[in-house]
Amino acid sequence: MKDGVNGVALAVFIFFFLAVTVMGFLASRWRRAENENSLDEWGLGGRSFGTWVTWFLLGGDLYTAYTFVAVPAAIYAAGAAGFFAVPYTILVYPLIFTFLPRLWSVSHKHGYVTTSDFVRGRFGSKGLSLAVAVTGILATMPYIALQLVGIQAVLDVMGVGGGEDTHWFIKDLPLLIAFGVLAAYTYSSGLRAPALIAFVKDTLIYIVIAVAIIYIPIKLGGFDEIFAKASEAYAQTNPATGKPRGSLVPGDAGQWTYATLALGSALALFMYPHSITATLSSRSREVIRRNTTILPLYSLMLGLLALLGFMAIAAGIQVKNGQLAIPQLFETMFPDWFAGVAFAAIGIGALVPAAIMSIAAANLFTRNIYKDFIKKDATPAQETKVSKLVSLLVKVGALAFVLTMDKTVAINFQLLGGIWILQTFPALVGGLFTRWMHRWALLAGWAVGMLYGTVAAYGVASPTQKHFGGSSAEIPGIGEIGYIGLTAFVLNVVVTVVLTFVLKAVKAPEGVDETSPSDYTADAGDKGVQTEMPKLGAGTH
Amino acid sequence: MPEVTQGKQGTITPLRVVIALCLFAPFVAMLWVSSYAKTEPLFAGIPFFYWYQMLWVLISTVLTMVAYKLWQLDQRARKGGDAR
Repeated sequence: MKDGVNGVALAVFIFFFLAVTVMGFLASRWRRAENENSLDEWGLGGRSFGTWVTWFLLGGDLYTAYTFVAVPAAIYAAGAAGFFAVPYTILVYPLIFTFLPRLWSVSHKHGYVTTSDFVRGRFGSKGLSLAVAVTGILATMPYIALQLVGIQAVLDVMGVGGGEDTHWFIKDLPLLIAFGVLAAYTYSSGLRAPALIAFVKDTLIYIVIAVAIIYIPIKLGGFDEIFAKASEAYAQTNPATGKPRGSLVPGDAGQWTYATLALGSALALFMYPHSITATLSSRSREVIRRNTTILPLYSLMLGLLALLGFMAIAAGIQVKNGQLAIPQLFETMFPDWFAGVAFAAIGIGALVPAAIMSIAAANLFTRNIYKDFIKKDATPAQETKVSKLVSLLVKVGALAFVLTMDKTVAINFQLLGGIWILQTFPALVGGLFTRWMHRWALLAGWAVGMLYGTVAAYGVASPTQKHFGGSSAEIPGIGEIGYIGLTAFVLNVVVTVVLTFVLKAVKAPEGVDETSPSDYTADAGDKGVQTEMPKLGAGTH
Repeated sequence: MPEVTQGKQGTITPLRVVIALCLFAPFVAMLWVSSYAKTEPLFAGIPFFYWYQMLWVLISTVLTMVAYKLWQLDQRARKGGDAR
């Protein structure tokens, strides 16, 4: 790390930051509808986004600053194992092609804002809906915290993070400012702010990756050279484990882990509230299907980005904290001004998802905890007000989390969050296709999955941590090492199926289903489907 | 898993089988890790393991596009025959 502040890079960074701040506040005027005081307006951008806005919004949402820092950092640390992010994002699109249009249709027909809304409507169970909502909020919080970790990494490398002996307030001031600004425009503009800023973010990201993937290999003597050096580095023994640091291709033992991580993460991704928020904000069912054919462009970018991890090794970057590897690579290889552009890309890349995530978590709280349990007759205006306030609270919570606790705590929780959120899959995706499963069985399956996942993750040790040392453990009965989330998911499904048979046999009361089969295929323009501004709270039209 | 029994009539037509295959193929390719966990052959200095998976990003995109087009065809045929 260079000593002192990198002035040029910092100036460029601040320029972009100011530009998106202005955009964020102006966004509330963009495509404004008449009734601003509804959750559909603030929390779903009026459900009006077309193919391209949705594409940027989803891309900005799913490929976060943390992704940009963590994926190459994982490659930098251990090689091939970190590349699972690529097959993971490949598998996501066929999956969403299959089930998201159905969720879109039923949500538009009934005015659902969150996944829990759907689960409650489908299974007539507030308990199950609450379980899905709480899981969603719990899984999203650490994710927001990690976006802050991403900004911190960039600030550190630019030299504005302060040294060891700097007063904590001065040290964290830049982060506090960044987050204050983010909170303010999310509060005033809702989902429109990240949707607009996502354009800037992704344009910057694509430029940076394109330049990095051409410029850096030229400076390092080509890919042959890069991989040769990386291979050498991985072969060296790690003193902490007594094993080689990593490998260029996964060995036999690592293949189960690789495949289960890819599949489990793919299944989990669209269970996250923020992905659903971005999806439901789209204008029509077709927008979603069309998007599955253009979203893979991001996967390609992610693959290229992952290769930067090898370049960091070949460039001789030495960092104690792996998260700093990529920002450090940029600072070492790029001229100062372009390093500033790259840092701005990562910084803004943190703001977009953080905004969407806090909106999504706030929507869940408002719709499925506040309205269902606290104030049943809340008006749309009240809902919006609560949501805005909660979005602030969520962000303050995430900030406090990052500032007071060790970074590894946020990473541990994010890992757990991925395992947890996958446990809502049977109720949500299962519910979209069949109502065969019993609501109590789904709740029991969820509980078993959550419990098993948490306990198993707690038991994973790594050289640096006694607990939560990773997301893979031995799969009971198979003996291979696999992703805990997927094992928990299989258990969850088994429990759900078995209990459904039992509950049906004893004729346990089923909840009331307020949806009908045709709701799942309805499209904008069909009778009863309002393209914009459905009335909130009205179950049926 | 991909399932294409959407719509009022869940009949399996050859078209829908093709759609299902297009959506299912990436799962087979990507989860069969041992089929691509090797270094050779290199492409522009990049080991097979990496470029093969990136190639699959493109292949799966094409497959999803085909599925999308076929799906539109299927929907049009269904609506035409529906006499609504």
